Amino acid sequence: MKQFCYRGEPQVWMTAAALAITLLMALTLILVVIFNGLGAFWPQKLATLELNNGQAVLGQVLKEEPRPYADGTRMQLKVGNRDLYGLDFRWVDEDEIKRIHYQDDAVTVEREAYGDFYGTLNEVVVPDGRVNSGGLWQVLQQGRAEALKIKDKVEAIGEQINTLNYAMEKKRNKALKLDYKGVPAEAEVRRELARETDELEQQFQALVKKQRLHEAEKARYVALFQDINGRSVEIPLARIVRSYKPNDMHLIERAGVYTSKLLELFYADPRESNTEGGLFPAIFGTVLLIFVMSLFSFPMGVIAAIYLSEYAGDGFMVRMVRIAVNNLAGIPSIVYGIFGLGFFIYGLGGAIDQLFFPARLPTPTFGTGGLLWASLTLALLTVPVVIVTTEEALSAIPGGVREGSLALGSTRFQTLVRILIPMASPGIMTGLILSMARAAGEVAPLMITGVVKLAPALPLDGQFPFLHLDRKFMHLGFHIYDMGFQSPNVEAARPMVFVTTLLLILIVLAMSGVAIRLRNKMKKKYTFGTF
Amino acid sequence: MKSALETDAVDPLADPVIEVETLNFYYGDAQALFDLNMVFPRRQVTALIGPSGCGKSTFLRCLNRMNDMVDISRMEGSIRLDGKEVNSEELDVIELRRKVGMVFQKSNPFPKSIYENVVYGLRIAGIKDKDVLDETVESSLKGAALWEEVKDRLHESALGMSGGQMQRLCIARAIAVNPEVILMDEPCSALDPKSTARVEEMIKDLREKYTIIIVTHNMQQAARVSDYTAFLYEGILVEFGKTSKLFVKPQNRQTEDYITGRFG
Repeated sequence: MKQFCYRGEPQVWMTAAALAITLLMALTLILVVIFNGLGAFWPQKLATLELNNGQAVLGQVLKEEPRPYADGTRMQLKVGNRDLYGLDFRWVDEDEIKRIHYQDDAVTVEREAYGDFYGTLNEVVVPDGRVNSGGLWQVLQQGRAEALKIKDKVEAIGEQINTLNYAMEKKRNKALKLDYKGVPAEAEVRRELARETDELEQQFQALVKKQRLHEAEKARYVALFQDINGRSVEIPLARIVRSYKPNDMHLIERAGVYTSKLLELFYADPRESNTEGGLFPAIFGTVLLIFVMSLFSFPMGVIAAIYLSEYAGDGFMVRMVRIAVNNLAGIPSIVYGIFGLGFFIYGLGGAIDQLFFPARLPTPTFGTGGLLWASLTLALLTVPVVIVTTEEALSAIPGGVREGSLALGSTRFQTLVRILIPMASPGIMTGLILSMARAAGEVAPLMITGVVKLAPALPLDGQFPFLHLDRKFMHLGFHIYDMGFQSPNVEAARPMVFVTTLLLILIVLAMSGVAIRLRNKMKKKYTFGTF
Repeated sequence: MKSALETDAVDPLADPVIEVETLNFYYGDAQALFDLNMVFPRRQVTALIGPSGCGKSTFLRCLNRMNDMVDISRMEGSIRLDGKEVNSEELDVIELRRKVGMVFQKSNPFPKSIYENVVYGLRIAGIKDKDVLDETVESSLKGAALWEEVKDRLHESALGMSGGQMQRLCIARAIAVNPEVILMDEPCSALDPKSTARVEEMIKDLREKYTIIIVTHNMQQAARVSDYTAFLYEGILVEFGKTSKLFVKPQNRQTEDYITGRFG
């Protein structure tokens, strides 16, 4: 024992234990997220519960637990059919249940509104007529495919209308500009403008008419369902996202549904106030935000660090600046958010609106939260990280290399560009990785600088200037907060909360992974063995 | 103690490349060099010897103004390179350093290929002609007795070389810009005896074309490679003369004590 202590073993054990605990905590967190997130998409069987009072309940059994303040147990079921029952979830006491069985004809219908429907299929109405027996299921799938084709047409026309709207908006702004300049009403420009606007208006009307026709055609595809207690529900086929018979599926079919739901995450828009559907806009917003943020914070931080470490010397002021930079990293992020709101949005954005978009006021263009301001706010937040790591990387370069370069007649700038920055690049990359990870995880400052629950349009699209940094955007971190705590149906949103968390972790991992690979490449190239 | 000096007919001291006159040097309030007066003969090897902290390196770094980087340093007096004042505000330091190259105690190759290391000085001077660069690489590496060892791996990283090779690469890098003077600050102190011997051999060859000023701790080395030797003690130039004379018959008591190993 004495020997054991003498050799310093306890200290070794202590450090190992600390590491083990840290790893365990991180692993537990990730496992919980993975388990809850990935498990949620597996199509569950629908149980039919016949109750003592003659009623029946159809739904997924989620959990069983002892009844609070009473004997026996109770079951929690997801019963869906929010349009009929108002709530998706229901508790059933065990002693109320007469019998539990699984009926083969139970269907799960995921729809665009009101969440899942659980029940049975009665009848399908297609333009060719009504079908209520024999091959009903095939007719449903076929009819849905046709309805979706029409829906695509409607959406394509919608796109055209959008483009038209954009053109008309431009004309309107032009007219406003003329007003602002005081051009008289009878001027030639005005008449020209009015003629063009009229033309656009006619095109617009034609498109709307066409769209209405398609809408009417689409409405002729309907399916009639009934719930377990015989109440019937009509669902337009075009609004069915996915339908399957969970009690009558084998493993491969289940896996198919599972994968399609998983893939939907990456490309689809969210539904049901974000609790269902995809995460595409949020993923896109997060990645773009981090990217734009890096564009600002990375050069700014690196250049500042270069000045501090190479040119500034070591005076009182420089030391003060260093302390200030280090302290910046400790300021609560919400403070940055407030600064961003006050300085960037109201200050800068307001000034830009006054200068460049006066005709549109009082509607703000840049004077409101948006991707640009959120990126700048995050850049401010992460710049200290970049500065500190870059400075450390530069000071870790052996002095001899610097002198060697200068002694060959190079200027300090040449030395910097040709020798020092390449040598410091692995360290600089570390700074970038840290700052990206930090930015990806921030939510608080975004909430007041431009993140929204549901953005009407992506910040990147086909309309000039393609990248719309003034637009509001969605973000995975905010998505988690919004679904988990702000949604009207928190219980239903739970799986998506975990999935979103998992996705956010994966995105950070992927981005850091790329950066780490780059860093390792640079390390191999530029450093003396170890760094 | 053979030296090529004996065969020289004219006195090399009559044709100095660098003349130093009443040089005083300060680090803040502390004076490091006191009233140095000496000349460095052209195309000769001059060794600076002396105990640690005597100001050898400081003196060497005055000659190409490397001390400029030390904020609190101050230099007074006159150093003339080919008659042109070094210690002056108007002097183009870049130009000076191209004429006065330097090799450091610790080899400091850049994290680039061997080729790029050698041509670094040319590249920053704006030379892009591939033929010129190729030629320089070959001649410089030959000058540094490294060509045979590395000619097949010019484009591999310089960081994979041995310590002795790295130091010779640094010398090749210095001669690639074709300087007049090469300053060497204890170039062999981190090398094993074999590498040291090669570097010394090389120095003897280089004196045909360049003036070499070498700081060394190793008295045998000074005796072996140099034509002239200057002994510094606590910032004062104690004795300067032909190596053959200084080591055999030192004029000064301190010099004798030092070279016979009584202190230092």
